[in-house]
Amino acid sequence: MSLHARVIVGLPDFRLDVVVDMEDGETVAVLGPNGAGKSTLAKVIAGLRPLDEGLIRIDGVVFDNPDTGVFVAPEQRNIGVVFQDHRLFPHLDALDNVAFGLRARGMSRTEARRVALAWLDRLHLGDHAGQRPGTLSGGQAQRVALARALAGEPRLLLMDEPLAALDATTRAEVRRDLRTHLGETTSSALLITHDPVDAYSLADRVIVIEDGLVTQSGGLSDVTTHPQSRYVADLVGTNLVPGTIDAGVLRTGDGVAIAVPADAPDGPAFASIRPGSVALHRTEPEGSARNVWLVEVVELDVRADRIRVRLDGPIGLVAELTPSGHQALALRSGDRVWASVKASEVGISEDFSR
Amino acid sequence: MTSTVGDRRRRARRANRPPVIAVLMAGIAVAFFALPFFGLLWRVPWSEAWSLLTEPESLEALRLSVYCSLWATALAVVFGTPLAWVLARYGFPGRRIVRALCLLSLVLPPVVGGVALFAAFGRRGLLGDPLFDWFGVRLPFSTAGVVLAQTFVGMPFFVLTVEAALRGLDRRTEDAARTLGASPWYAFRRVTLPAIKPALFAGAVLAWARAFGEFGATITFAGNFPGRTRTLPLAVYLALESDPGQALVLSVFMIAISFAVIVGLRDRWLGGSGDGDPT
Repeated sequence: MSLHARVIVGLPDFRLDVVVDMEDGETVAVLGPNGAGKSTLAKVIAGLRPLDEGLIRIDGVVFDNPDTGVFVAPEQRNIGVVFQDHRLFPHLDALDNVAFGLRARGMSRTEARRVALAWLDRLHLGDHAGQRPGTLSGGQAQRVALARALAGEPRLLLMDEPLAALDATTRAEVRRDLRTHLGETTSSALLITHDPVDAYSLADRVIVIEDGLVTQSGGLSDVTTHPQSRYVADLVGTNLVPGTIDAGVLRTGDGVAIAVPADAPDGPAFASIRPGSVALHRTEPEGSARNVWLVEVVELDVRADRIRVRLDGPIGLVAELTPSGHQALALRSGDRVWASVKASEVGISEDFSR
Repeated sequence: MTSTVGDRRRRARRANRPPVIAVLMAGIAVAFFALPFFGLLWRVPWSEAWSLLTEPESLEALRLSVYCSLWATALAVVFGTPLAWVLARYGFPGRRIVRALCLLSLVLPPVVGGVALFAAFGRRGLLGDPLFDWFGVRLPFSTAGVVLAQTFVGMPFFVLTVEAALRGLDRRTEDAARTLGASPWYAFRRVTLPAIKPALFAGAVLAWARAFGEFGATITFAGNFPGRTRTLPLAVYLALESDPGQALVLSVFMIAISFAVIVGLRDRWLGGSGDGDPT
């Protein structure tokens, strides 16, 4: 599936004006703060709201074009949608929820239930087939919703904050299921989220939306190194380091140890290090910081209010300096410096996906 | 001095007690509703009750009442559901006026409703002649006229209940159904209707109860002909003149039926669970 969407929607308080392009088999994350217009974008692509201006084209077929009056109804689009609130049908059990779309498209009840059960089994929910949504946990309900969206074998899987309503542990579990699915199939997926960890673990590419406009798009490492806005710098531009925590130390696949807060639970996790908490020194620092690495300055991104420094070392890092700090250090590409991070400033996102 | 557990319980109960004046007023209100009913029970000639109840005229009135009120309920459901749907979901100019018009018979004196029905469907009414010329139908003073009068007064109860339920419904679940390939009609049948099922039942029961007890519009529009338009309330009215004992027996009988239906059905569908999943 390939998608070209030029979306213009006038909302009471602001205007959404973005372009989203996707190649076949890609997983793209649309990342942005609350109120950026992400959910409106999802609605428009799913066909739950018409465009005001613009064009939506999937595999060369126009789905929505106000100029020519073309509008394909949501039930004709075959786009599987996973919503933040699972939106399961409360009067149907898990099995019939998953079978719903197949039945709506004319499959016999027996056949639809057979296919639905296979999907529930794939998501390890076969034992819950007879349960109504009200009796399922949040994570189970969201996975049933995922099975329901996938059962119709949609050309595009559209996920609107699929993990936002879940608690941390469940979020990681469902994220694992999502990643397994996205890895197994070549289907295309559009993930709408405010959480960089989701984007990092699921997407090939990221599009950042703020106040209804695309502020940045590209590969994740690129976005992290060259944040184009304060939001990206603060949230998306965070260093995420996958590894496994054991007794307050996260070990990466390459064997690098990162001291993390002592109360961080053991197990697979992402360490998130804000660029602002990476301190750079010309000489080996003495002090309380337990994470100290000798690194090489790869790239400097100098802006008026902040300087981003891409560093290569035991782990790749991005540091952010204030203009005065930058002046004092006088960094250039190729310089070797010491980077330090306090254990207490390392954030932890549990990662059950590995 | 230390207070015992019993002391504390008594004091807690006292703190939770409603004000005396409220209890007094509420008691008067309950008595106001209950006394007429007990009065009836007291006056009923119990020795002859069974024979009065099983008299042919009584049974005929009962049969007609059940027949007409069920038809009226069916019509209220068939036409009231789309009406409630349109009122709840679609904004159009004059919607408030349309809603007010549809619910007018709630506050209209039933006799006035009957007169109005006459003006519309009577021999000299707006639609009286066309109905007769095209379909050979005369509604006034016919059983169909009774059904019409009962639908007129009963349907607003159904529409009000169902419209409120539709308004309270989360439309996003229907959106989810659409993305799964459901047409609007399929989504309505498979998602919306099951979700408002309690309201459909409650509304139908209310409409039925109103139709079952209908008197004013019926006697004005359909008259009081045994076997054709004489429903139970009309039979009670007539018996009041000729045989007060029978009027009392029929009244108690009607109250018993209505009470059983309201308690048994309405409370079960409105008060119980069965509503949508909150999260």
